[in-house]
Amino acid sequence: MADVKRVERPLSPHLQIYRPQLTSLTSILTRITGNALIVGVLLAVWWLLAAATSPEYFETANAVATSWFGDLVFTGSLWAVWYHYLAGLRHLYFDAGKGLEIETAEKLGLGVIVGSVVLTIITIILV
Amino acid sequence: MRYLTARKRAEGKGASGTGTEHHWYMTMSAVGLAFLVPVFVYIFGKTLGQGHEAVIETFSRPFPAILTALTVVVGMRHFAKGAQMMIEDYARGTSRKIGIIIAYSISYAVTAVALYALAKMTFIGFILGAMGA
Repeated sequence: MADVKRVERPLSPHLQIYRPQLTSLTSILTRITGNALIVGVLLAVWWLLAAATSPEYFETANAVATSWFGDLVFTGSLWAVWYHYLAGLRHLYFDAGKGLEIETAEKLGLGVIVGSVVLTIITIILV
Repeated sequence: MRYLTARKRAEGKGASGTGTEHHWYMTMSAVGLAFLVPVFVYIFGKTLGQGHEAVIETFSRPFPAILTALTVVVGMRHFAKGAQMMIEDYARGTSRKIGIIIAYSISYAVTAVALYALAKMTFIGFILGAMGA
């Protein structure tokens, strides 16, 4: 029996090694939007906690949540949600083994970018 | 000398150490969130900017409360495991472990705070209703 060697496993290839492409860019953005959404979640949950605590505390949290800073965070989060949403659906489609030809994948990538902006604008108008 | 087949030596040595469980959870929660998130965004967006009593009134109703609870619970599990994926890609050793612990702690704390807030608003809504306010 051969000896089991301890191997130094490589980390994920770093971003600067590859030439940026639409497919890689849209993939990286999925990760960034997904993780960045924690900021919007923290603000939203803090606002909920304040509403459950007292009118004075709600006043404070609501002032932050509806200030220019709150608007910035929630508008950014709204786009991040829609981007992550569409990119996630695209991943489910990829997982099914479909849409993996370069041309189709790039079309889907463009669709995710355009779609997320359109959905964000529609949501702002509706809500 | 231990007798190990090549297969036995390979088992559990994948990138995750847990097979496809993690990926499958992300798939399941993604499908769940695909239904939950648009409704939550609508309810939250409509409520944000309203007065204190209107906010309590909304979140003490069964549908917004249960939907928000579901979105937070599933969403925070999805976040914890997604953040874990990112940390495992870019960090190793102790910093990887600490990073994953922090991500999990944040997601459980956020879940607990949100559920507490929802339960308390339901209670306040119940009291206000009983007083005929």
